[in-house]
Amino acid sequence: MALTWKQKDLIEIGALSCDEMNTIFSVARQFKASAQHGSLPKSLLAGRTLVNLFLEPSTRTRLAFEVAAKKLQAEVITISGASSSLTKGESLRDTAQNMAALQADMIIMRHSASGAPNYLSQVVDIPIINGGDGAHAHPTQALLDAFTLIEQLGNIQGKKITILGDILYSRVARSNMECLLKLGAEVTIAGPSTLVPQGFAALGVRVCYDLRAALQDADAVMLLRIQHERQAATHFPSIGEYTSMFGLNQERAQWLKPDAIIMHPGPINRGVEIDSELADSNRSVILQQVTNGIMVRMACIHLCYAYHNGLPLQPEL
Amino acid sequence: MSAYLWIQNGHLLDPANQIDEIQDLYVAEGRIVPQLSEAEKNSAKKLDAQGLMVTPGLVDLNARLGYPGPSHRETIATGTQAAAAGGFTSLLCMPDTSPLCDNAGTLQQLVDKVIRDACVRVYPTGCLTKGLDGVALAPSGQLQAAGAVALSDSGAPTQNNEIMRRALEYAHMFDMPVLAQSQDSSMTDQAMMHEGEWSLRLGLKGWPKVAESIMVARNVILAELTQAHVHLQNISSAASVEILRRAKARGIQVSAELSPQHLALTDAALRTYDTNLKLLPPLGDENDRRALIEGLKDGTLDCIASGHSPFSSHEKDCEFAAAPFGVASLETCLSVALEILYHQEGCSLIQIINWLSTKPAKICRLPGGSLAVGMPADICVFDPNEKWVPQADQLQSKSKNSPWIGKTLRGKVKACIVGGKQIGLTSTHTS
Repeated sequence: MALTWKQKDLIEIGALSCDEMNTIFSVARQFKASAQHGSLPKSLLAGRTLVNLFLEPSTRTRLAFEVAAKKLQAEVITISGASSSLTKGESLRDTAQNMAALQADMIIMRHSASGAPNYLSQVVDIPIINGGDGAHAHPTQALLDAFTLIEQLGNIQGKKITILGDILYSRVARSNMECLLKLGAEVTIAGPSTLVPQGFAALGVRVCYDLRAALQDADAVMLLRIQHERQAATHFPSIGEYTSMFGLNQERAQWLKPDAIIMHPGPINRGVEIDSELADSNRSVILQQVTNGIMVRMACIHLCYAYHNGLPLQPEL
Repeated sequence: MSAYLWIQNGHLLDPANQIDEIQDLYVAEGRIVPQLSEAEKNSAKKLDAQGLMVTPGLVDLNARLGYPGPSHRETIATGTQAAAAGGFTSLLCMPDTSPLCDNAGTLQQLVDKVIRDACVRVYPTGCLTKGLDGVALAPSGQLQAAGAVALSDSGAPTQNNEIMRRALEYAHMFDMPVLAQSQDSSMTDQAMMHEGEWSLRLGLKGWPKVAESIMVARNVILAELTQAHVHLQNISSAASVEILRRAKARGIQVSAELSPQHLALTDAALRTYDTNLKLLPPLGDENDRRALIEGLKDGTLDCIASGHSPFSSHEKDCEFAAAPFGVASLETCLSVALEILYHQEGCSLIQIINWLSTKPAKICRLPGGSLAVGMPADICVFDPNEKWVPQADQLQSKSKNSPWIGKTLRGKVKACIVGGKQIGLTSTHTS
């Protein structure tokens, strides 16, 4: 297929066309194939400086971006919240402009405030990739999930996907809803009513509080972590109550179709949203998601950099 | 300078006296007079208002002038110049200053500063409770003696029902209106925008509209109980309008205002995380906006107030969550009201001036809002159709946190006159 990409930044799924999403998948597939042969691409980013600006704690996403950037032979500088000047009162604008002045070629940002990368993209000229902002968006997670679904199910069009857990506070859920709907899936969201407000129906998803109904037709179920740090005590009674009502255990997994797959963006809380055995079972594709995350992020970094610098979109492999 | 002013050929709009026709207007010694003698006419300063509206100066019940407080946001001088540029000749300034206007000393300091620096009339308000903490009553009598014309909990809405009840009873003894911000803060912790489809999309914590309407209901109930004059600031939701409609039908003494921002914009405008649209209360949805317009038209809502809250660019130039709530709106208030109510909704200009001048003056019993003979010559002259584009470097306010910068508005103030004296630069030809 012809590659289509007209984005300097990757901030939210809404900005992407279906062709652009398919371009990411295509490039990621190429990177994955070449990695399986043990070779590294001749990267446009060789020797370029990529700043991992992680102002909210993250291990998995930060590492995945770091690995992806290193496979593209970029120099990676990681700045975490505690080590940045923001703790000394420097504004986000000043921090980012300093990065650009220090000749960074790209910023990957994780921030606790929704919309922070939208803001950042207006104050610096270099590409920004959103590594998760508040409860707003986590586009690379959604894209790697879609990539994994395509690998597992063949395609996404017409497939039934259920997202189960804390939807209200989840940027992963928002980006996934947007991504999956755009690719033609039927999306159901499920979980406690306080964390899965009816208002989400306006986005085009089905809101369901009956776990059995949410699971029985699904081709894939995506579990989301209960984010202790984000939830006010007002939103649900206890972790134990959540597990007893909405945790995915062996018994409830029987409600799923036999070939339905189980996904989770991690980190998983074993015994809370998912039984340990299920997480390790052959229906779980959790570790494939992690590996695919590297390939999809390589593709995102490559495409934003190539477009911004007027370079060919097709990677040399 | 001449003691006489002759405004010629303008279209007079005077809601208080039901005048809506082309007439000259005469001013002598700072007051409206019925006529000038030939000699006085010869020496009078003449202002040609051909094709323009000549109205009582606008009156704002909800402005922040930043004094006392951080002078990088606003000063009495810049705030009142912004007011004049927007056609306002009288302002009620909110007491959530730094330090707070919860004591006679601070209020006196403000009054002194106003005498020195203000170019329009500024009326102070006092805090409803001490420290605006909603626990103990502020010394309302002393505040009134120092110059406060009303009390308010603006910026820190009173949560405790018992305190609100006693505060209203106590204010009533002094015949002071209480300007109340209706917000149940237990429902708005960390909330940043209207709770709805857009808050879900943007991942910003939603501000439920019931957080306002619950307190509107509470305030209406306490207004009935205490017989105090309660004025509800910045009403933003359809549910609140409905509660007020029923309250007024039952004859409860309560008045209410809305902001031009809420007339014109909805939560969908936050799509780009523009911090200049982070308002208190937040912008509602289209259903709310329609209800506000209907409420204004049928008299449920009494007036329009700017809600001017200046913040400097470094405070607003940041991620949405870190930005303070507020918009600088004195200079665009009339234009936005004209754009929506006159150009889009077809309301009459005299009605709009009633909402922006006569009604608010009456609510707080301020000397203004009328062009009757003998009144102070506080006058606004504007062109309802002239297009203009607000630019940051041309706004008088020290703060530029306006969502209207760069947008085309219809309706431009051409002259602002306070006590017979023309304030600021204008593009109107004078001789």
